[in-house]
Amino acid sequence: MNLTKGERLFSIFNYIFIGFLSFFAIYPFLYVLACSVSDTISVASGNVYLFPKSFRLDAYKMVLQQKEIWVSYGNTVIYTVFGTMYSLFLTICGAYPLSKERLRGKKIFSFLLLITMWFQAGIIPTYLNLKSLNLLNQRLGVIIGFGCTAFYVIIMKTYFESLPISMEESAKIDGANDLSILWNIILPLAKPSIATITLYYAVNRWNSFFWAMILLRDNSKIPLQVMLRKLIIETQAGGVSESAVNITNLGYSAETVIYATIVVAAVPIIALYPFIQKYFVKGIMVGAIKG
Amino acid sequence: MQIVNKPRFITKNKRYCRNLFNDISRDRYLYLLMIPFIAYYVLFYWRPIWSIRIAFMDYSLYKGFKGSPWVGFEHFIAFFKGPFFWRTLTNTFMLSIYSLIIGFPAPIILALLINEVRNKKFKKITQTLTYIPHFVSTVVVVGIVMSLLSPTSGLINMIIKFFGGNEIYFLAEPRYFRMIYTLMHMWQSTGYSAIIYIAALAGIDQELYEAAVIDGAGRWKQTLHITIPCILPTVVIMLILKLGTVMNVGYEAIILLYNPIIYETADVVSTYVYRSGLQEGSYSFSAAVGLFDSVVSFLLVFFSNKVSRWLSGISLW
Repeated sequence: MNLTKGERLFSIFNYIFIGFLSFFAIYPFLYVLACSVSDTISVASGNVYLFPKSFRLDAYKMVLQQKEIWVSYGNTVIYTVFGTMYSLFLTICGAYPLSKERLRGKKIFSFLLLITMWFQAGIIPTYLNLKSLNLLNQRLGVIIGFGCTAFYVIIMKTYFESLPISMEESAKIDGANDLSILWNIILPLAKPSIATITLYYAVNRWNSFFWAMILLRDNSKIPLQVMLRKLIIETQAGGVSESAVNITNLGYSAETVIYATIVVAAVPIIALYPFIQKYFVKGIMVGAIKG
Repeated sequence: MQIVNKPRFITKNKRYCRNLFNDISRDRYLYLLMIPFIAYYVLFYWRPIWSIRIAFMDYSLYKGFKGSPWVGFEHFIAFFKGPFFWRTLTNTFMLSIYSLIIGFPAPIILALLINEVRNKKFKKITQTLTYIPHFVSTVVVVGIVMSLLSPTSGLINMIIKFFGGNEIYFLAEPRYFRMIYTLMHMWQSTGYSAIIYIAALAGIDQELYEAAVIDGAGRWKQTLHITIPCILPTVVIMLILKLGTVMNVGYEAIILLYNPIIYETADVVSTYVYRSGLQEGSYSFSAAVGLFDSVVSFLLVFFSNKVSRWLSGISLW
């Protein structure tokens, strides 16, 4: 293709500009990473920009020695694994029947599902509801109180609708019932969609903090994000939290420790990200096509 | 006539019932499958919806739902007349307007620029890197932002000092909050929001460009007369849908980011609900504020979807 001088100039500028934007998107992570492995004095005086100054791993030793971090990490894994399984189960339970045109009451059920997208009960009614179900300060409450999202149910439903009906019909002739058709035929076919939705649920579970922060009182039950919030936000806002006291008592600068904790919390998502990226993009496209 | 009609009506009714019964028993496994799904929504969606009635009561934990007196719209009136109504409403809308003006065009521009890149590998890497912030948790993002803005060691203040300025306490001055929030949100979402525009751009018929080249149009002319008109419908829909969510600001991030010194600009309706309800314990009052919030956002989403559907046939449902 022949480009004019202006077009070539634009092209060069465009590459540089996009390159700069991409760098800017991940720079904060690189900055945090560099700070977490630098010495406390360089960090406290703001001398770290992109590369670590006098490399050391003291902050990580410090973080990994904290029992609370491990406990909250374990909790997050529990909430993510069981929560995702629970959400996925509910989503399939709802999406598969609703994908059948012949189902009596399909319209009413679908409409009731849509309402949940439009209208939220709000923070207080949700809180009082969980309270009245005795789910405050319970691990179970964080898992079962927040199950499926209407949006993902609809995505899943749309996918089920797109599958050819002929396989289902021939299995019916062979005497299979709907449950065995779903389990033996439909679910294996739907693996890519299920993978996408699982990842969305899992990332949401891993990252969620708001309800865990409100519902859980005991430090032994809180997930990593709530622990992080205590550490980062309360330390930086000048408040004193239990965990912050532990760290400062040991004579370390809290700053590098905070950076190390951020890295520890963000690593699983960022490390898995390149492998799961294509599923995410697929997911947003499925949602967009249906709209 | 009547004598003839009556039995026929009954048979029709009977047949309907029999068909309904047959259909339900044919699909019994599907209904069985739906039980957990319905149970979840009854327990964790409709039950809270039903307890919204405390917004019209003077609810106290000791008296419970049955013992608490009804007060009508008292809490709503108290909120509308109270000092925080205009403040929280203004802050909510201002944050939305900021993110509309600055945040809305950003993914479109990014998508257009990425679309001009011919090197596939570079394109892919760029997209991958710009999506990452979307998948990192709010707590981590806020933690990073706080570190960058720290007056003693934060990078931004280091740069200001390097150029001879004095350090700024960004999170202690109301006038910076809106910009901080908007830029933080942009950093998190621009790459990811660009996906939809990149897809729209990829869907443009290549023959249009070929025809334009034959007619002697350069890249700039092609962009102006083909690319932009082709993605305009997507842009309009996204804009309308975005307008429908002006009440829904990211209160989780705000709760992490704000402090009493900057409530003046940072306190939005949902953070006010959170504080007055869960921290101060005025359940009924904050349920009323929350209901107001829910109703207004419901109406906005509903009408923006109606408009979008009317214009283009595309809506969120």
